[in-house]
Amino acid sequence: MRALLIGLAVVAAAAAPRDLLQRYEHEARSEDAAFTGFSSERGRALYLTERTTSRGQTVSCATCHTADPTQPGKTRANKRIDPLAPAANPARLTDPATVEKWFLRNCRDVLERPCTAREKGDFITYLLSPHGG
Amino acid sequence: MQPLRGFLLLALVAGALVTTGHLLADDDDDDDELRALPAVTQPQWKAECGSCHMLYHPALLPERSWRKLMAGLDDHFGENAALDDTTRKTITDFLAQHAADRTTARRGTVLGRGIPADQVPTRITGTRSFRGWHDELSPATFKRASVGSAANCVACHRGAERGDFSEHKVRIPR
Repeated sequence: MRALLIGLAVVAAAAAPRDLLQRYEHEARSEDAAFTGFSSERGRALYLTERTTSRGQTVSCATCHTADPTQPGKTRANKRIDPLAPAANPARLTDPATVEKWFLRNCRDVLERPCTAREKGDFITYLLSPHGG
Repeated sequence: MQPLRGFLLLALVAGALVTTGHLLADDDDDDDELRALPAVTQPQWKAECGSCHMLYHPALLPERSWRKLMAGLDDHFGENAALDDTTRKTITDFLAQHAADRTTARRGTVLGRGIPADQVPTRITGTRSFRGWHDELSPATFKRASVGSAANCVACHRGAERGDFSEHKVRIPR
């Protein structure tokens, strides 16, 4: 019974990121009719590319999350951030509201605009890929 | 008349003794009970505020400061910390309820009284009380990698998130 419950939990945790991807895929298609699918490579570039904000700070996702999403990061206020990659941290990408909350905040901080559905999907695809996870 | 005068005198002496006792207790740094802020908690406060920075005890700022801070989460010290309205209101209510000007804890009250009524500080480190309590420390100490900044109370006050700022437990990391 216990093994079954653990098995179900693992399946549920693995299903959640796929559900998220489906949702973003749906949104991406309505944003752009030419959408052909998410790319782990584009997600990686989004994660690592630095840009200078209007405040003059050079930032990327990796500034706080480190260049390796399987590693823990650190906020500017010195607090530990658990790894982003589900392979290292199964709690990630399991709650759509939490995922949306952080995209809303961090896309505005780093890119100073909301992320598109394609970018969100690329980002998640990267985190789920062997290189991201 | 005589008995009444005697009673008044006795009351005066008793009052003076009680007051002195209070003053002595107030000046007694060993009395952690008096010095600690009440241990308060709230799940959303813990989860939302605590995911980016240490948990700042509500009694470290007055209610008006918390309200201002929570109304400006889109630009929270240079970062976007936006919350949905329901969560924001829940956390704001919790902070207001235990704020420096509403708590009965002495340290909170002192902190609250040190802020002029026409000021609404959002940085705890900018308050007169903070500066007074840390005046023996050099700016370089706060900049150490092990500390980060003056905003990282827990680096030296290990119990800060529980409201424990006891001077005797301060350990400044190298």
